[in-house]
Amino acid sequence: MRRGDDQSGVRVILGALNSLVGGLFLLAAFGMVATRQTRGCLLLFIYQSLLLAASAFLLAGEYASWHLAGVGIVNLISKPIIVPLILKRTLSSQIYTRREIDQALNIPASLTIALALAVLSYFLTLPVLAAAGPQFRSANVPIGFAALLLGAYTLAVRREAVPMLIGILAMENGAFFAGIALSRELPLIVELAIASDGLILVFVTGVLVRTIQRRIGSTRVGELATLKEDQALEGQEAA
Amino acid sequence: MILLLMLASALLAAALSAAIPLRRAAPTVTVASALFILSLAVTAALRVARGVTIALPAVSLRADALSMLIILLVALVGATAAIYSWGYMERACGQRPTRLRVYYANYNTFVFAMLAIPMVSESTLVWIFVELTTLSSALLVSFDNTREALEAAWKYVTLSLMGAGIALLGFLILFAALQAAGGGSYTWDGLLAAAPRMPPGLLEIAFLLIVVGFGTKVGFVPLHTWLPDAHSQAPSPVCALLSGIETTSVLYVILRLLPIVAASPAAAAVAWMPIFGLISVGAAAFLLIQVRDYKRLFAFSTVEHMGIILIAAGLGSRAAHYGAMYQVVSHTVTKSFCFFAAGAVVLTVSTREIASVRGLIRTSPAAATSLLLGALAIAGAPPLAVFLSELAILKAAVEEGRYVVVGLLATFIAVAFFGVLLHINRMVFGHVALAPASTDHGRGHDARQRLPVSCVSILIVAGALVVVLGFYLPAPLDVLLRMASGALQR
Repeated sequence: MRRGDDQSGVRVILGALNSLVGGLFLLAAFGMVATRQTRGCLLLFIYQSLLLAASAFLLAGEYASWHLAGVGIVNLISKPIIVPLILKRTLSSQIYTRREIDQALNIPASLTIALALAVLSYFLTLPVLAAAGPQFRSANVPIGFAALLLGAYTLAVRREAVPMLIGILAMENGAFFAGIALSRELPLIVELAIASDGLILVFVTGVLVRTIQRRIGSTRVGELATLKEDQALEGQEAA
Repeated sequence: MILLLMLASALLAAALSAAIPLRRAAPTVTVASALFILSLAVTAALRVARGVTIALPAVSLRADALSMLIILLVALVGATAAIYSWGYMERACGQRPTRLRVYYANYNTFVFAMLAIPMVSESTLVWIFVELTTLSSALLVSFDNTREALEAAWKYVTLSLMGAGIALLGFLILFAALQAAGGGSYTWDGLLAAAPRMPPGLLEIAFLLIVVGFGTKVGFVPLHTWLPDAHSQAPSPVCALLSGIETTSVLYVILRLLPIVAASPAAAAVAWMPIFGLISVGAAAFLLIQVRDYKRLFAFSTVEHMGIILIAAGLGSRAAHYGAMYQVVSHTVTKSFCFFAAGAVVLTVSTREIASVRGLIRTSPAAATSLLLGALAIAGAPPLAVFLSELAILKAAVEEGRYVVVGLLATFIAVAFFGVLLHINRMVFGHVALAPASTDHGRGHDARQRLPVSCVSILIVAGALVVVLGFYLPAPLDVLLRMASGALQR
């Protein structure tokens, strides 16, 4: 009996830690919507990835699953360490200068929309939770889904290349945060492949952004808007 | 083994074209590898048509009829576009062999990723290869490094990767659904076997996320906005790959999911597909009319055709699925030819503006003839292949009694037909005097050049294929189509 009590005690602690990690994860996602600087955006992404790894370790303890521990380790190495390294190598320091990020909507409006998205994601994931059964992981699914939607939202409103790239990576973080809570036996090879895929992603988009920067003189991709039905050819002639 | 050999050949070609610093090395290696892959694909397809399923479970590679059809098409366009690239890129790139090496390294990686999508049976690995197609083709789209090409590439990358992020969650939820159904291998077959026991709520949301996520990459309206940009700004042989086969190979993933959903308690979700498809076909048909760039014209036509395939796949009867498979083949063969023809026009007149190309039949008969043939074929003029496949789909829909779908689809196809031919007719037969006196126009005619030999030969080969496919469907291909449509049934 005593052993059972111990285990339930551990479960309660793991559950509390999981809620804490989930809350901070969502906070980081909100922070990425609210921040005005590229450097801050990257920093928040690193925090978020660390929290994702922490969540993977917690779930690994809960389910006694080596796969999830592997997911945590791969995440710990790839996203908070290698991704920023690649970004620094491919892109010049000019991108990290303390310049304000151009946005289509201002920050208070963005935060309101982000809040609405978070509430929406709770209701959208209700059927998933109903089907998956009650576990403490249940909080992770709407949080991950909300992070996914917030990443998509930053991608939509930002007009600066690097924050958009970070938005894509944050979307993947969100998908994983929800995904690992739902499926405990995901083959490790898949996780390794997805992580290496993320690195190729950063490298390729980094090269693309660098080319844009050289050719256009800035990374404000929001200014690239010549390709439309009416103006496509005027733009072509100008170039 | 044969599957592994194809993948290895593409990867090796990618490595060699990046590594060897000789000027001719990269194109030679690429063409050799592409032809080798094509011959392997034909051999494998003949074997599959005899009823053998090629499988290599150790590395989770598997090819049934549906996979084989896509592999065959990737190999075909991979080979024709490689030979076409030889002359086209030399003309376009001129004296910069390093750029050429970058081009061919990306080209081969892109072909590798597209070959892997239908071969891999493990579903999450499929996601990774779809992502790899985006990443390997991003730098091909931006290859010209003009402002427009960079804009197109950026839109392409951000929207495709955003879609991939959504699809990733879909795949993870699908895995959870598999586990909730009592586990099993996370392959297409394993999913199909477990489908009846899956919780409908999980499967429904996973399916929706994957359709929205990968639908972005296939180019379903309203997620298509990047497609006409990327498919018009890339170099023409790359456009042939992007429009002809990349969209189809991603659509393949959605097609694979349809029988799984249909066999589950969430079967009602399949009924959404014709509606999604009709939205795409309708929007694309009307957008076709107002384009001013002839490569965008063909890009919008791709959106239209993807919609048609989705409608046919969602209808559900065996005949409709046969139509869907037939449409996959006819679209790939025809659309790649259209972009080869468009590339020939770009080389002759060096502009993509419809309004500045008039009377092409007099200035460049070869380019004009192929453009006209391509336009007629893709718009669905009888008796060519696209016409036959569209007819098969409409007929199947009538047999099912889906008269609203038939009416709308037929109307949209007719609108698209006139949209395509309106523009192409002006370009080919229009009076030169009517053209605006743009500088591009004048320069194009002065610097009238002969087309590179490799381009002309591919125009002839691909053009012959388009025509022949209208009159004669080889028996093994027909068997393959029937078997593939069987794979779409629950």
